[in-house]
Amino acid sequence: MSKKGDQPSMERRQFIGGTIAAAGALTIAPGVILHAVADTDQRTEGASSEHRWGMVIDANKCADGCTACVEACNTEHSLTGLGRPETDAAWIRTVKLKDKQTGNISRLPVMCQHCEHPPCVDVCPTNASFKRADGVVLVDRHTCIGCRYCMMACPYKARSFIHEALSDQSVNAPRGKGCVESCTLCVHRIDEGVMQTACQEACEKDGHAAILFGDLKDPNSEISQVLKKYNSVQIRGDLELNTGVRYRNL
Amino acid sequence: MRSSLISNRYLIILLAGLLLSAMQAFGESAFVTKGSKAASLDNCVAPTDVMRRNHMDFLKHGRDDTVRDGVRGLEYSLSECIDCHASTGRSGKAMPVDAEGEFCQECHGYVAVSPACFQCHRTTPEKMGNNYGYHKDESFFVESTSQPAGIQRD
Amino acid sequence: MSKMYYRELYCGSPIRFWSGLALLGAFIVIGLGSAYYMEHNGHWVTGMSNQIVWGLPHVFAIFLIVAASGALNVASIGSVFGGPLYKPLGRYSGLLAIGLLAGGLMVLVLDLGRPDRLIVAMTEYNFKSIFAWNVILYSGFFAIVGVYLWTMMDRSVSKFNRPVGFAAFFWRIALTTGTGSIFGFLVAREAYDAAIMAPMFVIMSFSYGLAFFIITLITAYIWGDREIGDLRLTRLKNLLGVFVGAVLYFTLAYNITNLYITQHHGIERFVLLDGGIYTQMFWIGQILIGSVLPLFLIYSPAFEKSRWAIAAASIAVLIGGFFQIYVIVIGGQAYPMNLFPGKEVVESGFFDGVVASYTPTFPEAALGVAGIAVALAMVAVGARVFKVFPETLEDPNS
Repeated sequence: MSKKGDQPSMERRQFIGGTIAAAGALTIAPGVILHAVADTDQRTEGASSEHRWGMVIDANKCADGCTACVEACNTEHSLTGLGRPETDAAWIRTVKLKDKQTGNISRLPVMCQHCEHPPCVDVCPTNASFKRADGVVLVDRHTCIGCRYCMMACPYKARSFIHEALSDQSVNAPRGKGCVESCTLCVHRIDEGVMQTACQEACEKDGHAAILFGDLKDPNSEISQVLKKYNSVQIRGDLELNTGVRYRNL
Repeated sequence: MRSSLISNRYLIILLAGLLLSAMQAFGESAFVTKGSKAASLDNCVAPTDVMRRNHMDFLKHGRDDTVRDGVRGLEYSLSECIDCHASTGRSGKAMPVDAEGEFCQECHGYVAVSPACFQCHRTTPEKMGNNYGYHKDESFFVESTSQPAGIQRD
Repeated sequence: MSKMYYRELYCGSPIRFWSGLALLGAFIVIGLGSAYYMEHNGHWVTGMSNQIVWGLPHVFAIFLIVAASGALNVASIGSVFGGPLYKPLGRYSGLLAIGLLAGGLMVLVLDLGRPDRLIVAMTEYNFKSIFAWNVILYSGFFAIVGVYLWTMMDRSVSKFNRPVGFAAFFWRIALTTGTGSIFGFLVAREAYDAAIMAPMFVIMSFSYGLAFFIITLITAYIWGDREIGDLRLTRLKNLLGVFVGAVLYFTLAYNITNLYITQHHGIERFVLLDGGIYTQMFWIGQILIGSVLPLFLIYSPAFEKSRWAIAAASIAVLIGGFFQIYVIVIGGQAYPMNLFPGKEVVESGFFDGVVASYTPTFPEAALGVAGIAVALAMVAVGARVFKVFPETLEDPNS
């Protein structure tokens, strides 16, 4: 897994480098699906409403003191902190909770919950905050004017505003001063057919496997099976936003 | 009335002539920075004059397809522009394409149009192994450069 | 009633006029410089953060925008509700409304993360967003009030005065409803998410707008050595008293509702009891200075005809209003969102569960003050070049 997970584009490149006649999806390993299109300009098919990407996070498996997911996210998207926690970007964060009545302790990562009815999309004046056909909620930084209304509206505090000029951004996540951003559910991986987010990969590598990513619309996917079998909750489920990120044992 | 029309016409012809010669001078110049991959290729993903005139439209179309619809591997991709057009400086490091004298800035400085792309997009090729998407298959360049696919990366 | 003559407002001493304008210009230049500084460096140089996303500039902007629509009320009373005593004040009311809105919008726009993309906000609309609607409402306000002023100032189109006045009145109600709904529609935060926000902002606009109107009217007439009669000022003063009382009533209804709902006890405790600076701003700023003091100055028989009392009451209303918006905008964000009901946040990588701190910086304040300066400069220039103020506002002797 690790080899293929690290370098799927290499495989793909060689695959496409030959003559391509067949269109369709090729699965070379669990978690890695290569989409190939019989077209010379190698377009991928793009987001489809046949999928809805989501996550289930098992709070029991989230290990105390571990920040692997946060670090992986920061590396993946070149979120370089400047030692100013109040203005530095945080696409994913860990939260430790204590039940006020029972004292029960739980820990979980929180990021954009990729709602079906995202308040950030409702409030955005310029349609910069939008939801893709496959349920991923994103900010189009080409039209974001930096009004921060979405940050006011998000019930999960999932969004960050870019407070300074940046350089050396990752190709995975172009980002710049004056726009709002948040977890992209690693769309650059999804679009490339890599069915694993950076945070999930890191969590697995550390042996916790608290995060499971997958297609909520595919009844046979692992995530759908887990969600069907076990009880899970949405953060602020009272808002009826139908989040794409669900939590177990919270 | 008539005379002013005629003199206007002469003026227009004169201006058009000036503009044409200016454009010709501009068009004949080779604006590919030395030491970039582009310098070793015959032309860009489209004929040079087409690219020169329409690159912004190509990129703008592509950006919506990619950001909004998740379509990757487009024929026109900004990161491909940068991979190919960034030159290598004396230190062996890639020069930012929006630096003085570099590929994008050379023309954009001349016409005084700020390339806003680079407020968000990186200006040098990304060499990290672990990046997905955006980069089109490099086999496109294989024939003309006879380099193995995916050199420099991975 | 005797015929009303309007004349450009000439200040007795040209030095005073030009130096006054120069002072306003200096404030504007400092504010624009501050905006450039903030945009150039990015917002980290301000007190704003990922926790307090809207800061002091937004307080100034919302305050001015709300006051702008309220300032138009005097004109509406004159031409829509047929108040003859108010009618001569209509032109100035329109001018002040335009000035205040321009000042407020300037602050709002210059604080955007990408003010260079204002054109995007003008061309891309998400009609589910109340913010997008506000862009239309704000720009439309300029147009409608402009036409309204035209019908007031040009006799040849004066027959349209009443219908245009009606349109302007409804537009301004819509505008403030929209501004209040920016907060009313925010489902995420406990301080907002309430339908009362919209009407409360409307009534706040009545109060702040009239206070702005009274204080600038008195100043202008001192400035231009013209007369205002007691009758008219007393009318305006009593109206202000009613509006201040109404704002207090809405504040009461809002807080009592929150006190009833267990889920909202946290935010109420924060604002009313232990929110530190926000609690002080609420009780001392909004309630004491903004409500009790002006009501006393307005209704106490001791100050029945005292112009100082009227001016002081107006200023107190404005100060109180500023604090009220500060508590709504910044206090509402400072109080942490309750993501996990029944749980206490022990640790968080992103300030969950803690009261966010916010210390406004000089550039933010300078930008806000520049908004007020823009409003006043527009009014000063407008009154100088147009026939806005009646030659005299002495009481009609009938």
